[in-house]
Amino acid sequence: MYRYDSYDQTMVDARVAEFRDQTRRRIDGKLTEDQFKPLRLQNGLYLQLHAYMLRVAVPYGTLSSAQMHALADIADKYDRGYGHFTTRQNIQYNWIKLEDAPDILADLAKVEMHAIQTSGNCIRNISSDQFAGAAADEVVDPRPYAELLRQWSSFHPEFLALPRKFKIAVIASETDRAAMRLHDIGVKIVRNAAGELGAAFYVGGGMGRTPMIGPLIREFVPLDQLITYSEACLRVYNRYGRRDNKYKARIKILVHELGADEYKRQVEEEFAHLLTLGIEPPLAELERIKTFFVDPPFEKSASDDLDRSDPDFALWVDRNCTPHKQPGYIAATISLKAVGGIPGDASAAQMHLMAELTERYSFDECRVTHAQNIVLPHVRKADLYALWQQLDEAGLATPNLDLIGDIIACPGLDYCSLANARSIPVAQKISQRFAETGKGDMLGELKLKISGCINACGHHHAGHIGILGVDKKGTENYQLLLGGSEGADTSLGKITGPGFDEDGIVAAVETAADVYLAQRQDGERFLDTYRRIGMEPFKEALYG
Amino acid sequence: MAEPFSGTDTVQFRFRDDEAVDHAAVTVDAFLGQSNASAVRIEPGDDARALLPQIGQLRLVEVNFPSFMDGRGYSSARILREAGYTGELRAVGDVLIDQLNDLRRCGFDSFQPDQPLDAEDAARAFAVWPEVYQPAADARIPIWAKRHGH
Ligand code: SF4
Repeated sequence: MYRYDSYDQTMVDARVAEFRDQTRRRIDGKLTEDQFKPLRLQNGLYLQLHAYMLRVAVPYGTLSSAQMHALADIADKYDRGYGHFTTRQNIQYNWIKLEDAPDILADLAKVEMHAIQTSGNCIRNISSDQFAGAAADEVVDPRPYAELLRQWSSFHPEFLALPRKFKIAVIASETDRAAMRLHDIGVKIVRNAAGELGAAFYVGGGMGRTPMIGPLIREFVPLDQLITYSEACLRVYNRYGRRDNKYKARIKILVHELGADEYKRQVEEEFAHLLTLGIEPPLAELERIKTFFVDPPFEKSASDDLDRSDPDFALWVDRNCTPHKQPGYIAATISLKAVGGIPGDASAAQMHLMAELTERYSFDECRVTHAQNIVLPHVRKADLYALWQQLDEAGLATPNLDLIGDIIACPGLDYCSLANARSIPVAQKISQRFAETGKGDMLGELKLKISGCINACGHHHAGHIGILGVDKKGTENYQLLLGGSEGADTSLGKITGPGFDEDGIVAAVETAADVYLAQRQDGERFLDTYRRIGMEPFKEALYG
Repeated sequence: MAEPFSGTDTVQFRFRDDEAVDHAAVTVDAFLGQSNASAVRIEPGDDARALLPQIGQLRLVEVNFPSFMDGRGYSSARILREAGYTGELRAVGDVLIDQLNDLRRCGFDSFQPDQPLDAEDAARAFAVWPEVYQPAADARIPIWAKRHGH
């Protein structure tokens, strides 16, 4: 994985010093809260309902064991012993004191980590495919391109006061595991007809109150123009993105209002101009970065055999493991969705354990997924049973990847000051209900996503089943959505009808699941059945 | 002409040796309509590129930041510098300590904040980055160029 050189370390250290100084000026009263707010936000510090929340960047979701250990230590030392992995492959801590924040950033800097630009109206941490470097279907490992973009976007002086936040995802496979087209910019590394690598740019996707699927703006940007093209996309947005209304300020609205063709025309014009300025790093820089992402020393003759005699293990393998490009290896997903637990939460002890297993079984590398789980990307099949036993003992072997229990939920009203309704208890109740009835296992792949308000941090639009918390005359109420999906067949969910109270929404999800079970044909997932039979049968069962 | 703009008219930081322009800046509309002004003020919604045909006659461009949260002025500044403008480029308005360095990198070489800034904090802010990751309108050499001996 990528390692800092002295330049990268210098930048992160300078940032820690700067933030220490800013915090001092805030505490001295030299900065008002309004003036301090964007500064702390650009260092990942939010003010939530009960305390500060610190969001730490995990660039493209990749962590070493030393980094995971450090994250656990922070949970113990500065929080209440927990960390929460997020849908953007980051980790956040919910109980932070302002005066501790500079020390936490200093602790992070020691393991080449930071909280830079994890919030605020700037280019955020760049996300990627959790199986990068392991997936059999990738053109190349997408992470070097993400790292190139990370460096370009860090402290970019022109783009620190954008109309709104800006999220970039980079993938390099046909199967989109990063919801790339639901980002402000989705970059897909592709090969053209001549066999050269380049980048397809999708611009103007996003969730929130106006969900949009990003249109293709350019099919092929040569690799030695990647940064220049990105700069052009951002400059057009910085100049013309709406600033009169916070809810219309994301780039998706600009692209939508201009039309993709007109936005593209403006970008091309800016791009032609920027090409004359020589702002692109040389390809040698990309080559330098790539050397950090070469394959680990796989054992060439590793066996593909697996002893599946333990049925619990076999079930976990079938559900939570993903084929690897290297024979004899497999990618294992650690579910952070224990039945009745808080989706994405891990205790300090669990993080330490995951760090140890990362070091022992996965060439010292693990990944955070946008579904709030952890992946050990490179596990020798011969080690898989031993790995599973240790996970199982620690309550980390729930075999529910992509099942209804693998819920994505935002923090909701338990933490978030913007929330209309709680997300976590709803997630807990649903996972308990489906575990008790055993229906969770019968349903197969069913992605359930919950947001506590229209900001859609829980990606409810992209869930096969989505739940949206709304405020109904001062009480918490939940709308049900069906038919959303992310990935190659991205679609946006549709609201079924009137909302439900907390118990009602749990029952409604069960009703929708029952409709599917009654109607499904061979091999159909929930989503496939929904797409075939449409909304009506569900409506009838729900409201009939 | 009448006093066009309010706020303090104290330039607190200036990184130039030449004589400052001693007359008030006009609006972009006024500038485009009359040919002899040498100082203009850009508002966030103005298109900096509209000035380019007459850029040679300008000695002072003020870029107004009614709110520090509105970052359009950063792009305006870079566009002018990229077009070869070498006159004074002044950030005016809600200009705060922690934006000074970014503004400087985008090509501003004088600063006229609404509220006078603490000189010591400002000095620290201008020097905050020992290195930079990307080229901008200043002469700083990006890290990638240093890594590859450019
Ligand atoms: S979706 Fe709403 S409630 Fe949930 S985290 Fe985002 S802003 Fe908060």
